[in-house]
Amino acid sequence: MDTPLPNPVRSIFEKSLRDDSVIVNIGPSHPATHGTVQIIAELDGERVLRTDVHCGYLHRGFEKECEDHTWHNLIPYVDRLNYVSALINDFAYCDGVEQLMGIQITPRCRYLRTLLSEYSRLVDHLTCLAAGLMELGAMTAFLYLVMIRDYMYEHLAALTGARVTYTYGRIGGLARDLPEGWLTRLEEIFVQYEDFVARVHALVDRNRIFIDRMRDVGVISTADALSYGYTGVILRSTGVPRDLRKDTPYLAYSELDFDVPVGIKGDNYDRYFVRMREMDESIYMMRQLMDMLPDGPINVDDRRCSFPDKPLVYSEIESLINHFKLVMDGPNVPAGEAYSAHESPNGELGFYLVSTGSGTPYKVHCRAPSFVHMGGAHLMLNGYQLADIVPTFGSINMIGGECDR
Amino acid sequence: MYARTIPIVPAAHTGKDASFEYLTTRKDELIGWARKFSIFPYPFVTACCAMEFMAVSASPYDTDRFGAALPRFSPRQADLLMVVGTVTHKQAPILLKVYEQMCEPKWVMAFGVCASSGGFYQNYAALPGIDKIVPVDVYIPGCPPRPEMVIDGIMQLQDKIARSSHPIITKTF
Amino acid sequence: MTSPLFETLQQELVPAAGPATLSHGILVFVLEPTELLPAVQRLQREFAFDIFLDVTAVDWIGQLPRFEVVYHFYSTMHRVRVRLKTRVGEADPGVDSLVPLYGSAAFMERECHDMYGIRFRGNDDLRPILLYEGFVGHPLRKDYPKQQEQPLVPYRS
Repeated sequence: MDTPLPNPVRSIFEKSLRDDSVIVNIGPSHPATHGTVQIIAELDGERVLRTDVHCGYLHRGFEKECEDHTWHNLIPYVDRLNYVSALINDFAYCDGVEQLMGIQITPRCRYLRTLLSEYSRLVDHLTCLAAGLMELGAMTAFLYLVMIRDYMYEHLAALTGARVTYTYGRIGGLARDLPEGWLTRLEEIFVQYEDFVARVHALVDRNRIFIDRMRDVGVISTADALSYGYTGVILRSTGVPRDLRKDTPYLAYSELDFDVPVGIKGDNYDRYFVRMREMDESIYMMRQLMDMLPDGPINVDDRRCSFPDKPLVYSEIESLINHFKLVMDGPNVPAGEAYSAHESPNGELGFYLVSTGSGTPYKVHCRAPSFVHMGGAHLMLNGYQLADIVPTFGSINMIGGECDR
Repeated sequence: MYARTIPIVPAAHTGKDASFEYLTTRKDELIGWARKFSIFPYPFVTACCAMEFMAVSASPYDTDRFGAALPRFSPRQADLLMVVGTVTHKQAPILLKVYEQMCEPKWVMAFGVCASSGGFYQNYAALPGIDKIVPVDVYIPGCPPRPEMVIDGIMQLQDKIARSSHPIITKTF
Repeated sequence: MTSPLFETLQQELVPAAGPATLSHGILVFVLEPTELLPAVQRLQREFAFDIFLDVTAVDWIGQLPRFEVVYHFYSTMHRVRVRLKTRVGEADPGVDSLVPLYGSAAFMERECHDMYGIRFRGNDDLRPILLYEGFVGHPLRKDYPKQQEQPLVPYRS
């Protein structure tokens, strides 16, 4: 190369703290930084003195794209924020728009959204644990967890049509109802899940190497966690039982019986265990929801947002015009603003929506937990070994799409 | 994979000895066969397609059956650059640097529609397709592509490797 | 859903700012930029709003002042959220930084500066976080065209 390539970031380290320390660049194309985070670390031998975390390598212009699309059309963009648990993003966004429009979703939709949110939480925790364990070298555990995750992907593909990013939520309801035999298969998946996860527990929980690598590594205190805006698993691993599903219940969570697992010290091992226990709680919640699921329509019967049935669209002029207006102009959301927050597997996922009364939004802002967590990542990385960066980063569960939006 | 027979070019056509051509095409077939079944991918993973990349590397859609499972996380040791997910303008210099650090022979796979053409992110931030900065050998569309599509892409790349010529001495070496 | 805390906040927090409105369960205050830092200090110390959720801005192009900076706070003790809004103009889009109060303010203010150009006085690290060095302009402003790319690497022909 004649001219060197431009450097997209500027490090905050001007010069090193000591004469014998070395400044090393980790990422952004690195297996352990989950693709898109750059950590500039100053090292004294193997010990990390200070770090400078750079995210933003996956900034795809989500907010700007949303301003060009109708309220319905931007649901695929919303999906790709936290792409491991895509359904929760859909439902949190649709909840915000439904608040603005003053729509109450039907009971069946409410229970089904709760069930699918817990299903997405299961998939997210499986992915996080699988990736984290693989980076530590536990390839068998990775293969077990990804196998059960694959069953879940195929199962969700039977419902929504896609494996990873579903675009299944709709304003006022869902895209389609459950197919035949879906709940039976769900029960089978629970049984298979218990088998696979029992094997992972047996391999990893009391493994001397695993405990040595994860206990007392990446510790964060409760005060630091609250100050740096941590919510979700990381806050719970420090011992604070804060969970939006219990504190500010939404959807059908107020009717479910579940516990909120907490950790003791706020280290990596606690986060691993909190995620494992949360998966078990999710299965318990889904079993309760399967019994509680009422019959009825999926979509609310409101012409402002629900698409009319196709036979009606082709035979009646009113339904045709309704459908046309919804597709071309988008649903008319009254002017105002709303902030709706759901408990995503990473923490508080919030959508701040501003509407000026038209079919396209004026602003759609996503409060991404991963982005806020990156702000405090240096607390968990400084002072530990270079090799501890890998499991700590894996336990933070930074999802690039959500962090950089 | 079925074996292909490459016709032997008559000596009068090229001005070279026919047996020389026979040996070089056989050598190309042998090297092509060896290279296509021992692909070392460099997974340049960025976004949602990573989920399908993880799924295709694990069972039941194993890439190990193609010899392409073992990722090499150093570009010097890899020969297939799998660009998985959206590449933004901020990431583009990184991609170009990794591509240039790889040694010949190397191939590039654009995994997913964001890497192929920018996907549905047509704005100030996303690169509209990695072929704007690196040459691409196989494009796998899909958002994200199903694992079967990825395997189809790998097999097409293997066909391409098998068919191409593998000179031992190139102009840069 | 109103909470008894909301009445207390309404009376005590910024009585000079006018009545607070309730927007879908969140209490909203509209403040002057100078009242912002004292109000947040009171929220944190007296009313236990320990999590600073989000800071973002809305570009009301055509209106004066142009930008509306929006803050969200959450109290784990009272389990309620509060929104603070303040307007700044295009000529001097500056507000006080919350970095001395909350650690999470560092990254979030960098993002708001990147996207809208709001200057946070007191935050000396306003490097681009989602965008890159050399990017000119603030893309989420309404007058930045969506497809105006600024490539770092020249395209192959």
